[in-house]
Amino acid sequence: MPKLPAPPIPPKFLPQPPPPGTQRGRPRTPLEKGAEAGKSAVDWIDERTSLSGGVRWLLFRKVPRGTNWFYTLGSATMIAFLSQAVTGVFLAMYYRPDAAGGAYESVRNITNNVFLGQFVRGMHKWGSTVMVILVFLHMGRTFFFGAYKYPRELNWVIGVVLLILTMTMSFTGYLLPLDQRSYWATIVGVNINGTGPLLGPFLSDFLRGGPEFNSTTLSRFYSIHMLLVPGAIAAMLGAHLYLVAKLGTTAPPWLRGKPERELVEEQL
Amino acid sequence: MAPTRRPSKSKYTADRGIPGAFEGETVTRRRFMTGTVHGAGALMTMGFALPALAFAIGPIFSNVSLGWQTIGYPDDFPDNNYTPAVITTSPGIGEAGKSTVFIRARNPAIDTTPPTQYNRWIAITSRCAHLGCPVRWVPASERFICPCHGGVYDLQGVRVGGPPPRPLDRFFTRLHEGLVQVGPRYSVNSELRAFSPRDPGEPLDGIGQYLYPSRPSVRI
Repeated sequence: MPKLPAPPIPPKFLPQPPPPGTQRGRPRTPLEKGAEAGKSAVDWIDERTSLSGGVRWLLFRKVPRGTNWFYTLGSATMIAFLSQAVTGVFLAMYYRPDAAGGAYESVRNITNNVFLGQFVRGMHKWGSTVMVILVFLHMGRTFFFGAYKYPRELNWVIGVVLLILTMTMSFTGYLLPLDQRSYWATIVGVNINGTGPLLGPFLSDFLRGGPEFNSTTLSRFYSIHMLLVPGAIAAMLGAHLYLVAKLGTTAPPWLRGKPERELVEEQL
Repeated sequence: MAPTRRPSKSKYTADRGIPGAFEGETVTRRRFMTGTVHGAGALMTMGFALPALAFAIGPIFSNVSLGWQTIGYPDDFPDNNYTPAVITTSPGIGEAGKSTVFIRARNPAIDTTPPTQYNRWIAITSRCAHLGCPVRWVPASERFICPCHGGVYDLQGVRVGGPPPRPLDRFFTRLHEGLVQVGPRYSVNSELRAFSPRDPGEPLDGIGQYLYPSRPSVRI
């Protein structure tokens, strides 16, 4: 006996399709929902900004064969800079740029009294040396691997600017504890600036904020050290990284490139 | 088939029949508006950038004078040996703003520069002419000696060894109400000719006085 067609079900009673983005099957437990929270937050942002494309472009790059540990020196330098930035921000909470003795007292207070003060100040102090060493190692890697050649010349130039800015940071930061070593090193350093012909004497006056070391010299150095130069370094670092991602990294010089098949002379 | 493009309109107002158009127009309305917006932006940027820059470099142009500072009685300073005295070079910052000067009475047998009312006492700075470290007077050898890089100067403050490019700077001195006072600093070349004060490391012989010009902040 033929089966009669089923009567049409009113749409109201039809099973509803699951809303987009939900799994079919059993409903998710709160635990599973919680585990997905990070993903959905990132999805929420990505749906509105399309940042994932840029992040993928920046991070998931093809690197040449032979990439080795020497290629991490640039990232290491950046991490050193970030460490300096973070520890510097917190040191600034306790530091007082007072040339009449308050600066030295505040540094003494950080070292002796503030909880973990000696540690954070030590990170900043030794970190500066680490950063300078890493900058030079990174520059040496770039030079000896020939990574400054076309089309990466501009990145070398930006790197030189970053090197000068790093040196400016070291020079201005050296004065801030305002002990005997800081004071005399700054006197000598400013006078070395002054030995540049024609403009040198005026550069010295600019650095000191006057013809002699005075009450505004310290705040001038402090402002350059924690506002002017870090901002410039961050901007230059962005340009540096953009060009690295845009142009890619070089293969080590000891790897020979494989020539195109059409260009190889046929061997009989 | 490629999509047909509408022919682009002429940028000149005369071709487009805009009222007020005239023949030989060189600055179009669009160009004028673009220039205006760029100019306004540049003006606003300069409005904050130039005052900020002038604020930062202002100290280069403002003259700083500390006047005369009393350091003792005429009898305190013999003419055959230097006596140290402390003067203030920057007020308000305590020890960091003080400096030592070495003083002796003028001795006609040694000092050949013509006598004036401002050199009855010879006041020589402790700031080394090489890079500004503090020199000390060593009576036994009759030399000023710098601890940093080995600069050595004789009794007159003229370099006899090491890297300094010129003699030690001097100060004007005077007798005021029975007291010896130290006034503005001045630099000298190797023939002890006076110049406006220079920073350490700047030679004054030959072309040096032109390569390292005097600065408005301390010009005398």
